[in-house]
Amino acid sequence: MTEDNTATATVVGEGAPQLTTRLSLFRRMTELRVFEKRVYDIFLQGLVKGTTHLSLGQEAIAAGFGEAMRSDDWTFATYRGHAHTVSRGVPFAPIMAELMGRRGGLMAGKGGSMHLTSVEHGMMGSYAIVGAHIPIATGAAFSAKYRKSGQVSVCFFGDGTTNIGAFHEALNFAAVWKLPIVFVCENNLYMEYTAISAVTAVEHPAADRAGAYGLERIIVDGNDADAMYEIANKTLDRARVGGGPSLIEALTYRHAGHSRADPGKYRPDEEVAAWIAKDPIPNYRKRLLDAGVDESVLDRIEKEVAESVDIATELAKASPPPGEDLILKDLWSDGSSTWRN
Amino acid sequence: MAELSLREAVARAIAQEMRRDPNVVFLGEDVAAAGGVFKTTTGLLEEFGPERVIDTPISEQAILGTIMGAAMTGLRPIAEIMYSDFFAVCWDLVVNQMAKTRYMTNGQVSLPLVMKTGNGGGLRFGAQHSQSIENWAMAVPGIKVVMPSTPVDLVGLFAASVRDDDPVLFLEQKALYTVKGDVPDGDVCFELGKAVVRRMGADAAVVTIGTMVPRALEAAEILAKEHGIDLTVIDLRSLIPLDTACILEHVVRTGRLFTVEENPRVVGWGAEVTSIVADECFFDLDAPLVRITTPYIPLPSAGELEDKTIPSVELIVETILKRMV
Ligand SMILES: Cc1ncc(C[n+]2csc(CCOP(=O)(O)OP(=O)(O)O)c2C)c(N)n1
Ligand SMILES: [Mg+2]
Repeated sequence: MTEDNTATATVVGEGAPQLTTRLSLFRRMTELRVFEKRVYDIFLQGLVKGTTHLSLGQEAIAAGFGEAMRSDDWTFATYRGHAHTVSRGVPFAPIMAELMGRRGGLMAGKGGSMHLTSVEHGMMGSYAIVGAHIPIATGAAFSAKYRKSGQVSVCFFGDGTTNIGAFHEALNFAAVWKLPIVFVCENNLYMEYTAISAVTAVEHPAADRAGAYGLERIIVDGNDADAMYEIANKTLDRARVGGGPSLIEALTYRHAGHSRADPGKYRPDEEVAAWIAKDPIPNYRKRLLDAGVDESVLDRIEKEVAESVDIATELAKASPPPGEDLILKDLWSDGSSTWRN
Repeated sequence: MAELSLREAVARAIAQEMRRDPNVVFLGEDVAAAGGVFKTTTGLLEEFGPERVIDTPISEQAILGTIMGAAMTGLRPIAEIMYSDFFAVCWDLVVNQMAKTRYMTNGQVSLPLVMKTGNGGGLRFGAQHSQSIENWAMAVPGIKVVMPSTPVDLVGLFAASVRDDDPVLFLEQKALYTVKGDVPDGDVCFELGKAVVRRMGADAAVVTIGTMVPRALEAAEILAKEHGIDLTVIDLRSLIPLDTACILEHVVRTGRLFTVEENPRVVGWGAEVTSIVADECFFDLDAPLVRITTPYIPLPSAGELEDKTIPSVELIVETILKRMV
């Protein structure tokens, strides 16, 4: 953050969350880290075809919101959606099986890595057309307001997504109607292989546009789980009591490439090193130890997570292929794909 | 029973559904306070209030995104896209989002929504306000495509579209807004995917939809009176679902098929219909299958040009006469 931004950014990170919450944040981030690393491994082993987009390095954002959201709130994510799916409490095994294209997958293999959805967990979808889900998330917020349900819609997207029209249309809609929605821009500095600064008129792709929609300028350290949890609570509460939308720009960095096995060579070595030093998880671990948490507690969390990811991987591998009976099913609400008599 | 124009039938249809179901909301540009650019939605704001009848900014992606998100979370929204040409700026929401989401999620998501729009030419609006998008939409698995040709059908098919649990593109032919007809009082709701035989004849089946229905009927009367040719005219009413059984029945009975289509020729809906007929009742045919369509061009504006572009009564008469021999 530059001096200028610090001055205008919302101050976060004052009172630390309760210890149980912090341990939960640590567990959530650990889950995302171990899960995504495993996904990378099985992709390289050829068990996952097509593509994957990992959130390695960006875990604090999904963890902070996952911790703060009410179970009936809604998540809308992009193709980089594994972390947001896990953080809503969707079990590892069906996610893993979906990536592998198995019957036991979250969508029985019909969606794949870029479209993880679990409506029963409030995970309302991962969308692979940049920006499209922002108006859709806005529609869910419209429905919450119309039905006075107190639910909040949370929409995650990248820095690059702030340059597509749907983002601007949806922000204006949400602001005009004061909808209960939180827009979360995960600014990882790159849209695919191009630096966001090279293609954007303002320094902060989301925060610098907030004023255009009458919204507060919010920049937060997206690698700090406590800060993310705090801003999540603040913006969710605001939305829930009728205070309207918020737009958060969370500064972060992806450790892996954009997708698949991309080595990310377009990024300067010093930049990568500086951000690895800001890795959200070891830093948070240290913070907890400094706060007096016994290391054995953290060790145990890590061990438990590693075991459950191992078990999930085996379960997914054991799941059979989807089965051809699914091909013509579920285009329509009657379960068929019939278009003529 | 009331005699309504097709224009008046639109508000009648929306009001019927909004009275019946509090989860029905309606949004679009200029639809509330102004009553719509075609004055099809007058009075709805007054009856249902600004929470259910909503004026939006000029944001077609946000309009369609909003109804999709609302539909997946329990509402039954209706959106108006003013002119069907404007679907080109929000087509992603239709083809990638609405059409694919139920399938991709293995049936987890339902999208009970209606996109209504002014479609087609004939009003000298020029190429960017006259498009026929029925063949665009028909090419996308997952979108139902409905097009009424009479006021009562507008009400009954609209009600069916709102009550349907899948996304429906509801095409209001702008050229038909002034057409009048009786609409019964009380609940009017038809079934999607059922064609109607508007005229019964022995010599050929003419399959059509929308603005082309009254033209085909007029042509049929001329051909009967002046040339002794007795046509069956089928109004498909929806392209997806398609009432293939009705088409095949009358083609088999008469041995001949003409389609009359407003959409530009290449990959128009009649190409699908003729291919089904050629495949499934080839040996019952007495003559080649003939498509009467708008040519492969954008629509010109001036009356003389537009009238020679979209199939007219004269063109239908002329083509059928020539090809019946
Ligand atoms: C409309 C559209 N244009 C382009 C793409 C190809 N694409 C996929 S991801 C991506 C970069 C998006 O960058 P950003 O919003 O910063 O998200 P990140 O991948 O960094 O999480 C691009 C260009 C797409 N999927 N959709
Ligand atoms: Mg990015």
